[in-house]
Amino acid sequence: MHIDSGDTTWVLVAAALVMFMTPGLALFYGGMVRAKHVLGMLMQNFFCLGLVSVLWAAAGYSLAFGGDNAFVGNFAFAGLHHAVRVAPAGFALTIPPLLFMAYQMMFAVITPALITGAIADRMRFNAWVWLLTLWSLLVYSPVAHWVFSPSGWANRLGALDFAGGTVVHINAGIAALACVLVLGRRQGWPNRPMPPHNLPLTMIGTGILWFGWFGFNAGSALAANGLAVQALVNTHLAAAAAMLSWLVAERAKQGHATTLGAASGAVAGLVAITPCAGYVGGMAPILIGAIAGIVCFFAIDLKHRFSFDDSLDVVGVHLIGGITGSLLLGLFADKSVNPAIVHEGLFAGGGVRLVWFQLVVVVATLAYSFLMTMLIIKVLDKVLPGGVRVTEEDEEAGLDLTQHSEVGYSLLT
Amino acid sequence: MKLVVAVIKPFKVDDVKAAVQELGMQGLTMTEVQGYGRQRGHTEVYRGAEYTVDFVPKIKLEVICEDGEATSVAERIIAVARTGKIGDGKVWITPIDDVWRIRTGEAGSDAL
Repeated sequence: MHIDSGDTTWVLVAAALVMFMTPGLALFYGGMVRAKHVLGMLMQNFFCLGLVSVLWAAAGYSLAFGGDNAFVGNFAFAGLHHAVRVAPAGFALTIPPLLFMAYQMMFAVITPALITGAIADRMRFNAWVWLLTLWSLLVYSPVAHWVFSPSGWANRLGALDFAGGTVVHINAGIAALACVLVLGRRQGWPNRPMPPHNLPLTMIGTGILWFGWFGFNAGSALAANGLAVQALVNTHLAAAAAMLSWLVAERAKQGHATTLGAASGAVAGLVAITPCAGYVGGMAPILIGAIAGIVCFFAIDLKHRFSFDDSLDVVGVHLIGGITGSLLLGLFADKSVNPAIVHEGLFAGGGVRLVWFQLVVVVATLAYSFLMTMLIIKVLDKVLPGGVRVTEEDEEAGLDLTQHSEVGYSLLT
Repeated sequence: MKLVVAVIKPFKVDDVKAAVQELGMQGLTMTEVQGYGRQRGHTEVYRGAEYTVDFVPKIKLEVICEDGEATSVAERIIAVARTGKIGDGKVWITPIDDVWRIRTGEAGSDAL
């Protein structure tokens, strides 16, 4: 195995960038909840860095990248014994295998953290700990194996997902929906006003996410090369175009361009470009971003239409944005950008084959993640004393005080 | 003695403070308050969800003064705090039974 120092340097940096996204996501969500729940939200996110990292080292990495089974990994890398020098099956790495493990760890951390936006303000912390544990091992690792491991069935099929449109965004988005259906709505939703308590926090979080996303997408090239550059440019342009298209739609429909709209649009673009980042070029990222911004802007209304309290629009932005990006890749995937593409997209002359493969993997991810998450949270609701949801009284008092014995803001000290 | 209470638009607070000082008033207390009158509230929109906010931020000022000064204080506040648009606020005067300065124990006019 040849270790390239330039590649290694870049992926080291990219791993740190992706790590920073989880606290960024915490702020993005934290600003959107009411003041009495802010620490609850920050903690559910930040805690992922603690628990998921340890789980990943112990077994999660191995379940995602060990062995060459089509559906799930094995325990070959459990405890990281062999992960130091042995690359996972099918990878021709030019970076130390342990760095690949570390880089993928940051993906495993942020993916379940995305779910917290949907379940805001009403899950017991203890229930979150158990959900996080089981979801990481039983849902994240297998789906990561299908798509990211060269031996996974989705990868073998020829479906494309550069940095996790299915594994990260669709997976977390549909899991969020399952959680919401079991947890139920926040008390008073949708009649009682629940405006964001601190949009400046949300803007800081959005900036950190955007910054970290360069590591997420450009790092997924696993090399410091032209493909990484293309992924970085695509990532930035998609976020920019999606911010613009969201704001235009918002201004036309509601009369104002809002900061929350700018933040939401940028994130929608980042989500949609994630699967496409290393497979498209030219103006495609701008088109993909612009489409995602508008689609997601209208998708956040789904929760009102179907009356499910996806509190901070994880379904509207991550699920719908992830599906949008994954399917658009079936149109835009271009071999001249990345020769590793087996089937080109429709617009590159590859016919509808790739669209079909993308659809298959999207549907499989939706089905598996939804059913497994539903099963996990229903079992937890039965098994855990007190169930998964806080009492009405605690919900009213806020997660900060009742789950963590703290308050986010104290004006008189 | 009288207590002059004014609820005004927050951006007028510096002008009103200066005007009240010019009249020779030795003290003034301000509080950030929220409320509504005929102006009612406003609408906020977050990701398409519209919220009607009934309570508008205002500043409440309180000045204690001699009986003879109260009307001129109130009139100065009205003159300075007025924009002519809805939401300018209210001023009112109430009687005070007695007042003490805590540091010295002085009472009545000496405490002002």
